[in-house]
Amino acid sequence: MQDSGIAILFKGINFQRLLGGLWVTLRIALISIGLSCVLGLLFGLLMLSRRKIAQVFCRVWLEIVRFMPQLVLLYIVYFGFARMFGWDLDGETSGILVFTFWGAAEMGDLIRGALTSIPLHQTESAAAIGLTQWQIYRHVLIPQMLRRLLPQAINLSTRIIKTTALVKMINVIEVLKVGQQIIGQFYRSPDAAFWIYFVIFLLYFLVCWPISMLAKRLEKKWA
Amino acid sequence: MKLLNKVFALTLALVLLLAATAASAEGFRTLDEIKQSGKITIGLFSDKKPFGYVDENGEYQGYDVYLARRLAADLGVELDIVSLDAPNRIEYLQSFKVDLVLANFTYTAERAEQVDFALPYMKVALGIVSPDSALITEAEQLNGQHLIVSKGTTAETYFTNNYPEVILDRYDSYTEAYLALLDGRGAALSTDNTEVLAWAIENPGFTVGVESLGDLDTINPAVSKGNETLLNWINEEIKALGEENFFHADYEATLRETYGENADADSLVVEGGVI
Repeated sequence: MQDSGIAILFKGINFQRLLGGLWVTLRIALISIGLSCVLGLLFGLLMLSRRKIAQVFCRVWLEIVRFMPQLVLLYIVYFGFARMFGWDLDGETSGILVFTFWGAAEMGDLIRGALTSIPLHQTESAAAIGLTQWQIYRHVLIPQMLRRLLPQAINLSTRIIKTTALVKMINVIEVLKVGQQIIGQFYRSPDAAFWIYFVIFLLYFLVCWPISMLAKRLEKKWA
Repeated sequence: MKLLNKVFALTLALVLLLAATAASAEGFRTLDEIKQSGKITIGLFSDKKPFGYVDENGEYQGYDVYLARRLAADLGVELDIVSLDAPNRIEYLQSFKVDLVLANFTYTAERAEQVDFALPYMKVALGIVSPDSALITEAEQLNGQHLIVSKGTTAETYFTNNYPEVILDRYDSYTEAYLALLDGRGAALSTDNTEVLAWAIENPGFTVGVESLGDLDTINPAVSKGNETLLNWINEEIKALGEENFFHADYEATLRETYGENADADSLVVEGGVI
């Protein structure tokens, strides 16, 4: 098995395994991002609430997300919940929970920022011509907000995609773990690691780059 | 903002509901429960050849895996494999995520306080591998130098306790640790001698200068603390397997290729739990 470099990639079903791992990565990331958008909107609106308790609640959530390393959160959910409450979540579910917990807070903060950046007189003018609160959001605030939100939301999404690599620590065989397994089997080949990591880099790039491109196009279109 | 108040109330209610459903922690699964469920969950390495790894067809292979398959077969249950890394092996048992760990788990008194070890099925000491250009032949040579270890391993503890002047570079996985050595990010790497011996054979330019360091350690299966029914069954099983020389067959099937024709299986294999 003195295979060198790229040959290892196509040995057996190695390449399919990497793609399978990439699908796991994407599945976790996409579900988390989707949930983050929905919950983030609620979170963002909640942050704007004038109720003291709601503000404190949001503040605490956001600070936990910002100060806790994601790996710690993953361990708390995967191992800690099983120990403390007997909730035996699998790695993938734990990952989705943590990334949604993180994404929703950050997305909420972005949404809050985008909303408050729209001058107050727009809301007042809209109210003056008789729009209801819902209509003001639907026709005045949200369209403008989306445009301002887009670059940061895309940035957050690609960050979530990349951070999913951490779930390899809680028994999820995603693309990076598959790569390490392949390197582990062919550790006698000195350049196996280089090629496998290079391919993983390419795979991540191929996923994140189109998202950035799409965002750019949307920004131009809406500008 | 009535809408927002409702949203908030709903969120709060959800959180409280979650907290309320928090049942008391479930314990480990007894032998009967495992048999009834028709499935045993075993924690194995997936990137540590030749003990636990995944081959190019996506199949688990290795000395530990060979034993795992046999245990599941003799229990008459399906084998459910959890891939774990060295630093979180104990955590998996303590949170009852796995029934059994067969991830080349070295017995230590410290670990025995947290998990229950069954009879040994292999024995090892520590080894130090380093580049031929600057071969380390005595552990003392490492004082003031960087030594690469994998987090949570026996090597890490041994050097921390016995050679405090050695600078330890701790890596999360074996893969990363060996890469670090190849990249020259440390003077040497230390882990079980079986590991480094096999690795050095396959990596020209590197030699195991210290073949046996520290006390002779044993590799044992481990179960969650207090899981006596499973522990007793595994002990009986290991004794029974010893009578058919199972672990020698395991060695021939999984380790022979790595250690070469001249290696003596008895320097590693433990039959029937008797050292």
